[in-house]
Amino acid sequence: MPKLQQKPVPLGSLHKGAKAEIVGLDETGIKTTLRKGELERRLIEMGLVEGTEVEILHEGFPKRDPIAVRAGTSTVALRRAEADAILVHKLSEPQR
Amino acid sequence: MKKKRLSPKVALVGNPNCGKTALFNALTGSRQKVANYAGVTVERKEGLFISPAGTKVKLVDLPGTYSLRARSPDEEVTRDVVLGKMEDEAVPDAIICVADATNLRLNLRLVLEMKKLGLPIILALNMMDEAEKLGMAVDASELSAALGVPVVPTIAIRKEGIQGLVNQIDRTLPIAEVEGLIPHHGACEWTEPSSHDLRDYHREVEAILAQAISKPARPHTATHRLDKLLLHPAAGLFILFALLFFVFQAVFSWAAWPMDLIDGGIGLLTEAINSLLPDGALKSLIVDGVIAGVGSVVIFLPQILVLFLFIQLLEDSGYMARAAFLLDKMMGGVGLHGRAFIPLLSSFACAVPGIMAARTIENRADRIATIMIAPLMTCSARLPVYTLIIAAFVPNQNVMGGWIGLPGLVMFGLYAAGILSALLVALLLKQTILKGAREPLLMELPAYRLPRPRNVALGLYDRAKAFLTRAGTTIFALMIIVWFLGTFPAAPLDATEPAINYSIAGMIGHALEPILAPIGFNWQIAMALVPGMAAREVAVGVLGTIYALSDSGDALQSSLASVLAQSWSLPTALSLLAWFVFAPQCMATLGVVKRELNSWLWPFIMFFFLTTLAYVASFATFRAATAFFGG
Ligand SMILES: Nc1nc2c(ncn2[C@@H]2O[C@H](COP(=O)(O)OP(=O)(O)O)[C@@H](O)[C@H]2O)c(=O)[nH]1
Repeated sequence: MPKLQQKPVPLGSLHKGAKAEIVGLDETGIKTTLRKGELERRLIEMGLVEGTEVEILHEGFPKRDPIAVRAGTSTVALRRAEADAILVHKLSEPQR
Repeated sequence: MKKKRLSPKVALVGNPNCGKTALFNALTGSRQKVANYAGVTVERKEGLFISPAGTKVKLVDLPGTYSLRARSPDEEVTRDVVLGKMEDEAVPDAIICVADATNLRLNLRLVLEMKKLGLPIILALNMMDEAEKLGMAVDASELSAALGVPVVPTIAIRKEGIQGLVNQIDRTLPIAEVEGLIPHHGACEWTEPSSHDLRDYHREVEAILAQAISKPARPHTATHRLDKLLLHPAAGLFILFALLFFVFQAVFSWAAWPMDLIDGGIGLLTEAINSLLPDGALKSLIVDGVIAGVGSVVIFLPQILVLFLFIQLLEDSGYMARAAFLLDKMMGGVGLHGRAFIPLLSSFACAVPGIMAARTIENRADRIATIMIAPLMTCSARLPVYTLIIAAFVPNQNVMGGWIGLPGLVMFGLYAAGILSALLVALLLKQTILKGAREPLLMELPAYRLPRPRNVALGLYDRAKAFLTRAGTTIFALMIIVWFLGTFPAAPLDATEPAINYSIAGMIGHALEPILAPIGFNWQIAMALVPGMAAREVAVGVLGTIYALSDSGDALQSSLASVLAQSWSLPTALSLLAWFVFAPQCMATLGVVKRELNSWLWPFIMFFFLTTLAYVASFATFRAATAFFGG
């Protein structure tokens, strides 16, 4: 798949069907109950780490939240608010 | 220096849904015990098996986890046991890491972390049947070489590879013992990994996978297709609610005949003892105290089992995580976490296992909010009270064009009142004392699997055993106390009132009457509420005794209903129903809250908060009903 050249966008902004590659994790600016650095570590433990290809498989209700993301062989559910800590390069747009 | 122990201990560790429970069952069969009610494998389970070399091995099943950094109370158990920090719990002699072969990345990262513990490790490469089905080629010996730990392929549900696994345990344990003599063995190098360390682990895993996997697994298309329907924003939610409706229907209809059977058995037992023993204190203790009291609790076993059957099926199939996904946003509206769904569902059977299931919620504030509203879900112990009062006061006629019976509608209204007030209370709590953002969801959606009858049966067996143990110990003891309070001091010879009127329970009832009069309760009700603290359903039995009826079981309920219909006003009956929607009258619930949150503060708050709610609701109901129907 050709990589569309653009600057990284948060995973939380993508729609169902979009594919992307994780290029960075940045939890600053995310409102969370967790102590500093914890969200980043949890994301890595769930396999959401730089270099992983992800695809948005499903969206919840209402407000298309949370989202189910395929990462490698596993599928992870997370809320858009926290998905915004994951920076990605879009690989393909959903067909609408 | 470590002494040779007779039965070495082996711990099972792995990601959630890797088949750990299935492997535990395959190794130990029914030789297992659970310390207590398990919500969803949150309790520490222990079992025994004899290895081919004749060693009796103790196997401990630890809660599933993605890392040793312990994010929730049940993950803390896992960490503390393997680090040897758990009180009364020796460090395991060896660890079996269980990994789902079709989903190795996250599993192997945990294995790398476990290696730092300095304990002997065996990797059980589970779900090899699935791996093959998905066209995956994984080389166990390459994997073993790359990881530096022995690897045994298994198919837990078919007990395949179990022989290889126990043989490997026999090879590993003696080495563990020899190494125990070397001073440096067991030097634990584990420290909490930083995000940098975690990235290093991941890179290492990628390198290992590249070496051991020649053909990757195809995606699980069946799961993907099912999810397209089951996670669909409209269809998925509709199916979820239809499913819940079906579960409730089943809890009441499937459990009906075994409950009748138990009821009949209790009746026969009572008759037998009545004819065998002479009248007197002993007979009264056995019949009125023990059989009536414990029997009124045991009768709910069928309902609890049916509910847990469904919970177990939903859990094993992988649907439970989907339910949490579907409900997360909506429950977020009142500040609850999607995972609160499981504890709240369990609470319809009984708040005790429900509150214990809340352990899977990591954040303390979220967990407390869930625990505090769990008792507002109408538990099955409230049913006999509802049934009795509805039978006495609600005319059995059809409404809404003959579609729905009025009694059923009232029952539904009582359930709905509980749920709605729970949501309001949650909202209130999260706006005030439990303020703060919700903790992240971050949850794996496992591939769908067909639940295995054997595993489901073993799970239900554990629950039944725990429930009956409780009935045989705690409730048994409480019933004896209640009987004592209701029997002594004995009535004077020229007594004109029922004997219970002169007893300690009677005195308490009379003392409480002035406080409860404004909400329409007479002294008989006040008295019934006291033993009702032990178990709500006992209130029915106590009312029966007070109204001087000697029958028990169904006969008691129908005749008691007609007595109540004559002696209570409708506002009083409605007020009592309102009371039972909120009343925190259950010592077991308060006890489990204390234990789970390790503080007296929260059970205290729960008690006063719910009592106030109950009082206000009853007061409002009583006044409104008096104004509407007349006193
Ligand atoms: N096909 C297959 N399914 C398995 C195997 N082991 C476990 N399962 C199923 O996977 C699901 C999750 O297993 P369980 O033991 O509950 O996982 P736990 O969460 O790790 O305890 C259940 O439906 C099991 O029946 C296996 O070796 N092969």
